[in-house]
Amino acid sequence: MSIASKYKALSKFARTNIKTYGLVIIAFAIMFPLQSAGMLNNSISGQLVPICTYIVLAVSLNLTVGVLGELSLGHAGFMSVGAFSGVVAAAAFQDSVGSDPLRLLLAIIIGGIFAGIAGLLIGIPVLRLRGDYLAIVTLAFGEIIKNIINCLYVGLDSKGLHFSLKDTASLGMTNGRIVLNGPQGAVGISKIATFTAGFILILFTLFIVLNMIYSRTGRAITAIRDNRIAAESVGISITKYKLTAFITSAVLAGMAGALYAMNFSTVAPKKFDFNTSILILVFVVLGGMGNILGSIIATTVLYMLPELLREFADYRMLIYAIVLILVMLATNSTKAKQITENLKLKIKGIFIHKNNNNDGGEVTDNG
Amino acid sequence: MDKMVPYPSGAIVPERDVEKTPILETHHLGIDFGGLTAVDEFSITVGRTEISGLIGPNGAGKTTVFNLLTNVYQPTRGTIMLDGKQTAGKTTAQVNRMGIARTFQNIRLFSNMSVLDNVKVGLHNSIKEGFFASITHSLGYGKAEKKANERALQLLDFFSMADMANAEAGSLPYGAQRRLEIVRALATNPGIILLDEPAAGMNPSETAELMENIRRIRDTFNIAVMLIEHDMSLVMNICEGICVLDHGKIIAKGTPDEIKSNPAVIEAYLGKKKEADGNA
Amino acid sequence: MTFISNLINGISLGSIYAIIALGYTMVYGISKMLNFAHGDVIMVGAYVSYICTTSAGIPPILSVVIAMAVCTVLGILIEGLAYRPLRKASSLAVLITAIGVSYFLQNSALLIWGSNPKTFSSIVPFDSIALFDGKLIITAESIVTVAICIIIMIGLNLFTKNGKMGKAMRAVSEDKDAAQLMGINTNFTISMTFAIGSALAAVAGVLLCSAYPVLIPTTGSMPGIKAFTAAVFGGIGSIPGAMLGGILLGIIEIFGKSYISTALSDAIVFAVLIIVLLLKPTGLLGKKINEKV
Repeated sequence: MSIASKYKALSKFARTNIKTYGLVIIAFAIMFPLQSAGMLNNSISGQLVPICTYIVLAVSLNLTVGVLGELSLGHAGFMSVGAFSGVVAAAAFQDSVGSDPLRLLLAIIIGGIFAGIAGLLIGIPVLRLRGDYLAIVTLAFGEIIKNIINCLYVGLDSKGLHFSLKDTASLGMTNGRIVLNGPQGAVGISKIATFTAGFILILFTLFIVLNMIYSRTGRAITAIRDNRIAAESVGISITKYKLTAFITSAVLAGMAGALYAMNFSTVAPKKFDFNTSILILVFVVLGGMGNILGSIIATTVLYMLPELLREFADYRMLIYAIVLILVMLATNSTKAKQITENLKLKIKGIFIHKNNNNDGGEVTDNG
Repeated sequence: MDKMVPYPSGAIVPERDVEKTPILETHHLGIDFGGLTAVDEFSITVGRTEISGLIGPNGAGKTTVFNLLTNVYQPTRGTIMLDGKQTAGKTTAQVNRMGIARTFQNIRLFSNMSVLDNVKVGLHNSIKEGFFASITHSLGYGKAEKKANERALQLLDFFSMADMANAEAGSLPYGAQRRLEIVRALATNPGIILLDEPAAGMNPSETAELMENIRRIRDTFNIAVMLIEHDMSLVMNICEGICVLDHGKIIAKGTPDEIKSNPAVIEAYLGKKKEADGNA
Repeated sequence: MTFISNLINGISLGSIYAIIALGYTMVYGISKMLNFAHGDVIMVGAYVSYICTTSAGIPPILSVVIAMAVCTVLGILIEGLAYRPLRKASSLAVLITAIGVSYFLQNSALLIWGSNPKTFSSIVPFDSIALFDGKLIITAESIVTVAICIIIMIGLNLFTKNGKMGKAMRAVSEDKDAAQLMGINTNFTISMTFAIGSALAAVAGVLLCSAYPVLIPTTGSMPGIKAFTAAVFGGIGSIPGAMLGGILLGIIEIFGKSYISTALSDAIVFAVLIIVLLLKPTGLLGKKINEKV
């Protein structure tokens, strides 16, 4: 059997795995040596960790939007919770955990846990709502999280962590250092995020999300998306599986947020606003709903696009907007669909015609 | 067909079921929408292996009854006993797990999923695969999936659909979609299955096949079947007990022969012979 | 006295939200889409008025009329070019397109007018009114805003209840296909809805910047989001709901700022929204839609 036919004989799960992991591993195998050898210019090299985090964010949001079919406009909120809880955790472990990678791992795990808790608290009330109402409430929660972290002050001294919602003075520290400083956000972060860590986090995310989609849990979630009433009628608990998808998505977003924050020396809460949520949603929609590989590609391309348009300087965001609108029109309008459909038929026509000359018998079956 | 005999309560069931608790019992069930009473005083008893019919003119409240029985709607009055247990306050998913499954008048499949996956969703609660196994594909994931696949194929084969297992459910022809809905409902291992107009849109030969299948479901799975149907020949042929609904109220209950000769039924339902023919 | 002054400020801010929310709710009602670019139309309206008064020396009142005209055209163009081809597409596709339009408007404004904040001078030519020996000061902007809001509400209500166009709008909202079969030109009706919504957005933009005079390309974003929240709060698709939602939201925001915490006022607004939606999932005046099984 040729490799191509062997590949075709594999299950859909196996094929998706090969394509998705394959692409990520190849991309890393190319970029990592280039980065280590210092062959990337600063702007690209600086984008590697953010791209990794946005890939994780897009894949995790795809679980909510694409697989579960609920529009969430507050994904940056979970990223934010993960980022700031991760930063605080990393600061708290600064002295006790010497190894940078281990401290990063702890920060990511704690970021994930806190984002998961936020996901649970938000999910229980929110998931009872449907459609646009659910979307607006996730938006509201994202804004609330941003607003609260904007007022959050955390300090660290020999006695441990101190929290306040008022100002740094009310932390009651004599000689410690400020970890979170209200609207300025996290300050003096030790930059311990690495491209390799980002790569591993992507693999971990893919492992969780792809496995889940192709499992009993994933089937239940997809069933709810396809037909909620039918899913209920065959004994699937709607709340349980909606929450499962939502919380998993939140945990992964929190982990990505922690990694993201560890890549900079300061991160402000307003970074994780509504626009960031929308940005991630755009990656998901353009990559294709429920299409994990699509999310990865769309994120990479769209994240790099403003970078590639750098020579257009001031016009780049405008071009970005126009590209976004045109892509949506080209892929979704009835007219554009007709045109592509006609083109497909034409190409098929040529193909069938050619086939007809070689082997007439099979055509009628395929036709 | 067995003789219909009464319980001490007076409700009639097939003779073979009379020794056992009925699978389904309702007492004075009713529901109001706003000020409007959609169903009222609905009391029935269904034997464990009985095939029963729920008939009535359009808008009589038949589908509303199914929605009440599956807790899609919460009743305003009355009680439902499923296998001797009250279902009040349970969710639709919970009453399904207690043993009631259904199909829908307007087909509701998971149309973007494969036929096999549709059935496997039906098997959801009998697959032993936890969240951890789901996300890691370890700890019995393979075993559980293999078992589920086998069982799903077995069920599909029962309706000669095994060869369609990998097709997308939404792409199936109409008749096959209706059958798939029944298979999916059966996969939940119910004690009673509710079929909402299973013969709608079918030609006479498909209807004949459906009748055969309904009997086979009862005999093979040893469960009760309750159906809403406008096709009178189907109803009169396979149902042992029939309940006639008009304007939300039961106007007659009994065997096919009793129903055929019931004047109230003739007036409310069979009297409109033209319309009935038109629907069939 | 502070209570009354807060209440007046709240109603005034809320009136602006209400006018913006009307645009959201009318568009949602008729085409079931969330027009995220609506907030940016506000910003365009404010800029047009600003340029008219400062560069061309046009009287303020006339500048508002010009801003309304520009925004009306803009609204019709946006609908025709970006949304109409997607009439049958998924709501998410339309949403993303709307986001694209929003980016487009913001970045166009950035290129045309730059990122430096413009100081908007109020279009209201009256002085503030001082009551109770100056203990209570009511700004002229507040009075004008509330008055305009009331006029718009009455006008829109009459328009949708009685006018031919208004009836067509309601018909298209109920059932697009049926309306078309009844001989209603649905495309034209939807265009008109966008036109009215956008003209109102221009008014809101000018009022907003008269009260809070900093004008930058993202000026419309946050009021846009809040007004959208207000529309949902009142029950999206409902015109009285948008009014009620907007005014309540404004009051909650100002009260939250002065009695609880300035920094947390947005969080309070959104928290109230969530609580309302959980108790009444379709908003205060929204209709309950029963799912057919």
